[in-house]
Amino acid sequence: MTRRSARAKNLASLLHRLIGQPLFRDRARTSVTILAVALGVATVVAIDLAGEASAGSFRSSMETLQGSASYEIHQVGGIPEELYGELARLPEPLTFSARVEGYGTVPGTRERVPVFGVDLLGDPMLRGWGGIDAADLSTLTDSRAVWVSPALEAAPGDRIDLIFNDHAETVDVQGVLQDTQFQGVSLGRMVLADIALAQRLLDRMGRLDRIYVQVPEGGDKDWAESLRRRLPPSATLAEAGIQSRQNRKMLSAFRWNVRVLSYIALLVGAFLVYNAVAVSVVRRRPQIGIVRALGASQRMVRWGFLFEGGLLGVCGAALGLPLGQLFAFAAVEAMGQTVESLYVSSAPGSVEIRPWTVALSVITGVGVALASAWRPAHEAAAVRPTEAMARARRDYVARTSSRKWAGVALGLAALAVALCAVPAWERIPVAGYAAALALIAAAALLAPQASATGLRTVERLFALPFGVAGTLGARGLTASLARTAVIVAALCTATAMMVSVGVMVGSFRETVSLWMDRQLQADLYIRPEGLATPDQSPTMAEGIALRVEQSPHVAAVDRFRVHPIEYGGLPARLGLGDVRVHGRRAGIRFLEGPRPETIWDRLTSGDSVIVSEPFSNKHDVHAGDTIALPLGPDDVRFRVEGVYYDYSGEQGYLIGDRSNLLRYLPDRRLSSLSVYLREGADAEVARATIMGALAGSHVQVARNRELRERALVVFDRTFAITYALEAIAVIVAILGMAGALIILVIDRRADLGVLRVLGASQRQVRRLVLAQAGMLGLISTATGCLLGGGLSLILIKVINKQSFGWTIQFHWPIAFLLAALAAIWTASFVAGVYPARMAAALDPVGVLHEE
Amino acid sequence: MPALRFVNVSKHYAVADRFVPALRDISLEIEYGEFVALVGRSGCGKSTLLNLAGAMDLPSGGQVHIGDMPTSGMDDRELTAVRRKQVGFVFQFFQLLPTLSAVENVELPLLLAARPGARQRALEALDLVDLAGLADRLPHQLSGGQMQRVAIARALVHAPKLLLADEPLGNLDSETAEGILELMQRLNRDLGTSVVMATHSMNSTARASRILRLSDGRLEHDDAAKR
Repeated sequence: MTRRSARAKNLASLLHRLIGQPLFRDRARTSVTILAVALGVATVVAIDLAGEASAGSFRSSMETLQGSASYEIHQVGGIPEELYGELARLPEPLTFSARVEGYGTVPGTRERVPVFGVDLLGDPMLRGWGGIDAADLSTLTDSRAVWVSPALEAAPGDRIDLIFNDHAETVDVQGVLQDTQFQGVSLGRMVLADIALAQRLLDRMGRLDRIYVQVPEGGDKDWAESLRRRLPPSATLAEAGIQSRQNRKMLSAFRWNVRVLSYIALLVGAFLVYNAVAVSVVRRRPQIGIVRALGASQRMVRWGFLFEGGLLGVCGAALGLPLGQLFAFAAVEAMGQTVESLYVSSAPGSVEIRPWTVALSVITGVGVALASAWRPAHEAAAVRPTEAMARARRDYVARTSSRKWAGVALGLAALAVALCAVPAWERIPVAGYAAALALIAAAALLAPQASATGLRTVERLFALPFGVAGTLGARGLTASLARTAVIVAALCTATAMMVSVGVMVGSFRETVSLWMDRQLQADLYIRPEGLATPDQSPTMAEGIALRVEQSPHVAAVDRFRVHPIEYGGLPARLGLGDVRVHGRRAGIRFLEGPRPETIWDRLTSGDSVIVSEPFSNKHDVHAGDTIALPLGPDDVRFRVEGVYYDYSGEQGYLIGDRSNLLRYLPDRRLSSLSVYLREGADAEVARATIMGALAGSHVQVARNRELRERALVVFDRTFAITYALEAIAVIVAILGMAGALIILVIDRRADLGVLRVLGASQRQVRRLVLAQAGMLGLISTATGCLLGGGLSLILIKVINKQSFGWTIQFHWPIAFLLAALAAIWTASFVAGVYPARMAAALDPVGVLHEE
Repeated sequence: MPALRFVNVSKHYAVADRFVPALRDISLEIEYGEFVALVGRSGCGKSTLLNLAGAMDLPSGGQVHIGDMPTSGMDDRELTAVRRKQVGFVFQFFQLLPTLSAVENVELPLLLAARPGARQRALEALDLVDLAGLADRLPHQLSGGQMQRVAIARALVHAPKLLLADEPLGNLDSETAEGILELMQRLNRDLGTSVVMATHSMNSTARASRILRLSDGRLEHDDAAKR
C-alpha cells in the first residue's frame, strides 16, 4: 500500500467514525435535514425542468414549418400575396415559402389545432417531405382537402369539423403526413391546407402571414440588405425564428421570477443545514476537544464538518433530482397555462433530465449545504483541546455582540431600500432580488433578539392553555436561543415569502378587479368563438357589428380590432378602437398625458395613439413622444397622447382610432365588440335578442359580470404556481422545525428526565414540546408577517414593476393571510407531534444515568 | 407501617442478549424519620435501589412498597402520582433547570402536580434551606452549595415522606458538603422526612442513623444497631 493510499484510508476511517457514524446514529435528525435539502433542490429542479418544458422551445406553434429558412418576412395586418409573386420572380438564387397561419378550434372539446396554408404544389421547402409529392396533385387543391399530422389521429376520407374565427367549417382529410417532424421540429397536431383554402378558412383573403426565405450557402453577399431594398417599408425582414427569440426575451422576466421564488425553498433548507451542522458541533464539542488533543489540526476539524454539510447536500441532491422530476410533471401544466395565456401558444415539451439538470441539483444541493456549514465548521475548528477535559455540555452560543449584529441588520435594511431605486438589468430586476435578499438577511440577523423578545411575550400566553408546560417550554427555547433563532429565521423566511406573494397577488387581483370595474363599462361583450392565443387573435365579420347595432336594446357598439405587432424587438399589440364610443363610455384611467377629453379628441383628429403602462415601461415611451410603426407604404409616425393603466396583458398595447388606422390596415374584420345597452334595457333579454340576430355566426356573447369572472379565473390559474412554490418553502421550514424540536428534545433530555422525576407526567412533557412547537410557529408567523410586509412592497413596487411594468395598488388580502397563517401555525403544532411523543417516551432513569 | 419496604427485590437489565443483575434479593424496611446512608462502590447498585425506591423504575422481581403503595403493576401515570406525593429527589449534579430562577425551580413539583399556593410554599422551602434572599437568582448565579440547597428545597417543597439523595455531596468541597449534610439532618429531624442518601464516602455516613452497605447488588451490611 502506498503512503498516499494509506493516508486516504486513514482519512476515510476518521471521517466515517467522527462524521458518518454520528449522522447514522441520529437517523431521524439526519433524515429530516436531508429531506429538507431534497425538497429545496427538488423545487429548483422542478421549476427549471417545467420552465423549459412549458415554454417548449419558446417556439410558437406557428413556427413549426420554419425549417432551415434564413429569413422571414412579415407585415402588420398580413403581407399582400402579390408580394410573394414578385419575390418569386427575382433573378437572385433565393427560394421563398409562403405561409398562412392560424388556429382551428375543435367544437365541444375547445382544443386548438394549428392550421397552415402552404403552396402544396410548389413550396420549395416542403419538396419531398411528408409524402405530399406522391399524392394526386389534382385532389390537393380540392376546395376542402387537407393533410393532417399523425398526431391528429385521422384517416384519409375522414371529415373534421373545426371552428375558424366566427364560422364553423368541415374539411376533408386527403392524406396523413408520413412524418411526425419537420426538419427536427415535432409537428404535434396540425392541419396542412393549400394557401387558398387556408386563406378562406382563416379569413385572410389575399394576405399571407409569413414568407420564409432561404439563401444560398456560402458567399459573403449581404442577402438581408439586398432583400430589404426590394421590400416595401411596411414589410419587415427578420432572421428566421425571430419570434422564438422575442418570446425567449419576453418570457425571461417571468421565468426569472418563478426561478427566484423556487430558490426560497432552498434558502429555507440552507437555514436547516446550518442548524444541523451547528448542532453537531455543539454536541460533539468534547469529541472535537479530544481529537484536537490527540493531534487533529484546526483545518482537519473544519474540513470534517464541511464534509458533513457536503454529505447532507449530496444526499439531498440525489433525492432532490428524482423528486424534482416528479414535481416538474405537476408544475409544467401550471406554468404551461401561464405561458399559454400570457406569452406564446406553444405546445409544452417533455420533462427531461439532462446533464445540466443533474449539475443544477448538485450545485444547488451541495453548494448551499457547504455554504451553510461554513460557519459552524469554523466554530468547530476554534474548539480548544482543553475542552476535552470539560465534563459539562456547552450550549451553542452566539459569541458576537447582538448590538453589532443589530447594526449590521439595520445596514442591510438600508441597503435594501437603496437597491430598490436601481433600475432593472435587461428587464430582470436583479437589484430588486438583491434588495429582497438583503431584507431576509437583516431579518435573519435580528432573529435571536426577535426570538428572545417573542418568547418573553408568548410565555404567559401559552401558560394559560398549557400551564407549567407552557412556561417550561418557553424557558427551554430561551436556553437554546441560538438554535431557536435559526429555526425561527427559517420559518419566518418561508412565512414572509408566503405573505409577500399573497399580498402581491392579492393586491394585483384587487387592482385588476378595480380596473375591470372601471374599464369594463359595456353591458355585453361579443367575440368570435375561435380560441384567442397570445400571438393570434380570432376575428369576426364587421357585419356582426352592424347587426348588433340594429338591436332595439343597443345604444352604442365599440368595434375593436387587435393586430399583433413587433416594437423594439418585442411583441406588442396594436388596437383599433372606436374612440368616440370608447373614450366616452369606457372608464380608462391615464397615468400620463393631458385631460382624458383632450386625449380622446386628439386621437380622433390624427395619427395619434395611447399606450398601455406595460408598453410605456418596457419601451420607455411616454406621453408627448413620437413613435414610428411600419404600417403603410412608409413608416407611419404616431404621437403618443397618453399612457393608460392596463392589466389585460404583459405584451403592452398601442391603441389608435379605428377610423384613422383603417387607412393603413384596411382589413375591417373585428376582434371584439363592446355593446352598450340603452338605459333600462335588461341585459339578459338584450343578449337573447342579439344571439337570435347572430344565429349562424359562431360568436360568444358574454355579460359584463361573466367576463370579469372569467378574467379572474384565468388570473387565479396564472398565479397558482407561485402559491405552490411558497407552500413547498413552508413545508421545508416545518420539516426543519420538526428536526429542530427533535434536536431540542435530545439535547434537553436530562432536563426532561428531571421533570419526570419531579412529577411531570408523560402528558405534561408532551404538552411542553407541543407548546414549544406552537411558540416557534407563533413567533415565526408574527415575524414572518412583518418581514413579508416589507418584501411585498419590494415585490409590488420594484420586482413586479420592473419585470412586467404594472402599477399595483397595495392591498392586504386579509382572508387569505389569516388562512395561510393559521395553516402554518397549525402545521407547526403538527411538526411538534413526533418530537413530543419522543420526549414523553424518554426513560428518566436512562437519561439521568447518561448525565 | 414503614416508609419504604423492599421484599426480595431483584433488578436486572438486558444488555445485548444477556441479563446483567443490578440488585439481587434485597429485603429491607425504612421507617419514617430514619436517616439512612447507602454505601458501596461505584456500580454496586446504589442508584438502581434509589430508582426503585423513588418509583422511577419497577423491580424485575419482588415487591417495593412506598408507604402503603406497592409499585409492582403500576403504570406510568400511577408511578408519576407516587413521585408527586411521596418522594423527593436530590442529585449529585443538582439538576436545576438553568432557565428557571431558584424559586421557580423549587415550585416546579407543585406546579406539575397542580397544587395551589406554589410560590408561597416554594419561598417557605427556600427559607428552610436558608436561601430566601436568593429566590430570584438563576442557577448559574449560585455557588455549588447554594445550588444543592435549592435542589433540597425543591425535593422537600411538596412535603414528601421520603427524600432520596444520590451522591448529593459528590460535587461539593468538604466544607460545603458538611453544611449540606447538616441541613439534611436538620430537615430529617424537624420535618420527620425519611432520608436515604447514597454515598461512597464513609465520612458522610457519620450523621446517618443507619448504614446500608451494598456490594455487587446484594445488601451486605445493615447497620441496624445505630437505629
